[in-house]
Amino acid sequence: MKAPTFSKGGVHPDDKKSLSREQKIEVLPLPSELLVSLSQHLGAPAKATKAKGDTVIRGEKIGVASGFISADVHSPVSGVIVDIKAVTLANSVSCDAYVIKPDAEQPAWPTEKTDWHMQSGEELLAEIKDYGIVGMGGATFPAQVKLSIPKDKDVNVLVVNGVECEPYLTADYRMMLEHGAEALEGAMIAAKIIRARRVIVGIELNKPDCIAYLKGIVSQNNLPIEIVGLKMKYPQGDEKQLLKATINREIPSGKLPLDVGAVVCNVGTCNAIYQAIVFHRPLVERIVSVTGECIAHPKNILAPIGTKTSDLIAFCGGFRSEPEKLISGGPMMGFAFFSQDTPICKGTSGILALPPQKPIRQTPCLNCGKCVAACPIGLEPARMYRYITAGDYALAMANDLMDCKECGCCSFSCPAHLPLVQAMKTGKKMGRKKK
Amino acid sequence: MNTQPILTVSTSPHTHAKCDTSTIMWMVSIALTPSALWGVYSFGFRALLVLAVSIGTAVLSEYLVTQLARKSPTLWDGSAFLTGLLVGMNMSPRVALFIPVLASLFAILVVKWTFGGLGANWANPALGGRVFVFFSFTSAMSTFQLPRCLQRLLDASMVDSLSGATPLTYLKTRTAESLSTSSQLLASGNYPVTGFAQSVGQALHISPYTVDSFFGNVGGCIGEVSTLLLLLGGIVLILSKVITWHIPVSFIGTVAILNWIFGGMKAGLGVFHGEILMPLVSGGLFLGAFFMATDYVTSPITHKGQLVFGFGCGFFTFLLRNFGALPEAVSVSILLMNIVTPTIDRYIKNRKFGEVVKQPKKEAKA
Repeated sequence: MKAPTFSKGGVHPDDKKSLSREQKIEVLPLPSELLVSLSQHLGAPAKATKAKGDTVIRGEKIGVASGFISADVHSPVSGVIVDIKAVTLANSVSCDAYVIKPDAEQPAWPTEKTDWHMQSGEELLAEIKDYGIVGMGGATFPAQVKLSIPKDKDVNVLVVNGVECEPYLTADYRMMLEHGAEALEGAMIAAKIIRARRVIVGIELNKPDCIAYLKGIVSQNNLPIEIVGLKMKYPQGDEKQLLKATINREIPSGKLPLDVGAVVCNVGTCNAIYQAIVFHRPLVERIVSVTGECIAHPKNILAPIGTKTSDLIAFCGGFRSEPEKLISGGPMMGFAFFSQDTPICKGTSGILALPPQKPIRQTPCLNCGKCVAACPIGLEPARMYRYITAGDYALAMANDLMDCKECGCCSFSCPAHLPLVQAMKTGKKMGRKKK
Repeated sequence: MNTQPILTVSTSPHTHAKCDTSTIMWMVSIALTPSALWGVYSFGFRALLVLAVSIGTAVLSEYLVTQLARKSPTLWDGSAFLTGLLVGMNMSPRVALFIPVLASLFAILVVKWTFGGLGANWANPALGGRVFVFFSFTSAMSTFQLPRCLQRLLDASMVDSLSGATPLTYLKTRTAESLSTSSQLLASGNYPVTGFAQSVGQALHISPYTVDSFFGNVGGCIGEVSTLLLLLGGIVLILSKVITWHIPVSFIGTVAILNWIFGGMKAGLGVFHGEILMPLVSGGLFLGAFFMATDYVTSPITHKGQLVFGFGCGFFTFLLRNFGALPEAVSVSILLMNIVTPTIDRYIKNRKFGEVVKQPKKEAKA
């Protein structure tokens, strides 16, 4: 049988995962200073509950959610809050962050297992909220919001996202290979909360060992989980494309997976849920792929949230050659940032150091239609570009500009090198302002 | 190693497909080269001269325009070279050299740059140039030369009577007078054919004229004669994803189907008895379908629109060839469809992801 994928658009960037795919997850030695931001999730920043000079304990709550769409923040280490100052995150968001100086001795995490099967969905959901779990694929949507199903919705499928379609990144790949059983149990917990009747794990075929390994676990433990190998195509890791590929349902414009009876959850999030429910560990550390042609020894690192980029790069042996860009996330949708003091957040799946590229030569739009063929949503980016550069944001909005999710397929394939995604981002901002 | 490098901040994506405007233009030029070389081989040095003059004029005028308009130079993108090459390939090898000069000038200066240069032209520049000189110097543009393989077959007396004719122009003068298919007409007029084509034709039970036209042993424009080499070039472009199959397939397919259905009617054979292969391999159909109709700027942006565009090109080609005054119809058909392109783009849109196609309400049966 042919491996499924989504049908409309998509591109095939060079996957570059070989740089770090063989590197086992390594634990980062404790950095000398952490910058724990209060805005590590989609939605309102958390409210600080500690002040300068306070001592904190590893796993202690140091920020509380300040709205429905918001998440709690915990301290990754025991130590002293040296300062609270404004920092700029990789995605250019400015927010307050704790500067924490860790103690030399750190308390160990509890290793006692809790049996979650006896707990009700509501209790589990409350714990997930309490441990500050957010979507770890990059969008960092608070998990308790995603898993709270409104009474009038019938959700029957949980799709676990193990696609990792962005080039370079191998964090989810390593996690599935080394903590696959935990992640699958986390998926079962999530499935219990949303009362899903089917659990599907979607993994791209460039990770055959993952697929085989997880299938082995499933059959050994007789888990009600389907592991599906998907034909490689970017952006399959987007929930719209993933649902189309796995269960052939299309989310209409402006709707959520809920509206087609499904919830999509990243494998990293499933693992975080497992750690929270079974070991009562809040989300204070994550696996980061530090890779790219300019990194001396690319690695997959388990690092506390708030670790500065410079510490990660130093752990990888520094730069092999001078990078042109540092990117948080993947090369298709990640954010380029300028300071190595930038800390990692709950959603940072990778830090890439990319070499200088050939200078691009922009030409006028050729109307070639490559962007139209690449757009997974079926928009006409070239036309949208014309509207936006002419300042007609209303017309762009009328042509479904808001459906664009900035996946980068259009810019990637544009032979004229037009800054299409940039225009879309501008158009959305200006369009919203005008409304 | 420097630990604090100076970093660039830019919008995602940070990676790009290995394809830009100039690669595309040069790829198309390369794909055209075998057919152009075949033209030079068949028609001699004169053909090379015509090609060189066309390309030279196009490139030079592009350069001068950008200089005069104080624009950044654009020669590197290869579009002017491609325009010149296409203009040259659309010339008869015997034209006076001022004709390709005029055609290239018209293509670059009028069709391309009066509308703002690359990406802004409403018609394919090379086609615009060709049609401009075609209607200005019709007789010179429709006087052709037989390729060397056919000239050898003719005795001196016949060279004059036949040298000016491609199969299409020859048929145009003859169809009115008799009732038979185009291949029969060519045979009855002793249109020359190679021995190779005769044997292949016999083996496959097809007209030897079709075989000759397919391999390029016919009179015609420099670049249009070898259907085989054009087809190969076109396949290379499709495989390298420079163009998609939509326009060539719908264009050529429409010509084939319309000729099959209606093409035999003039010869009194009724519907569904037309000759299919001969119309496909004659004239500039393959050159037009693979290399000129697929010009990005002047064809629709969606695949659905491209199918409609190709169908329109094929439809007009069939109409003009069979009912128009002139033998060649491909370039005019493409120009006509170039004009319709914005309209196609306006009304033919892709289905958006998640959009429900509205089911038309079933009308109650009376």
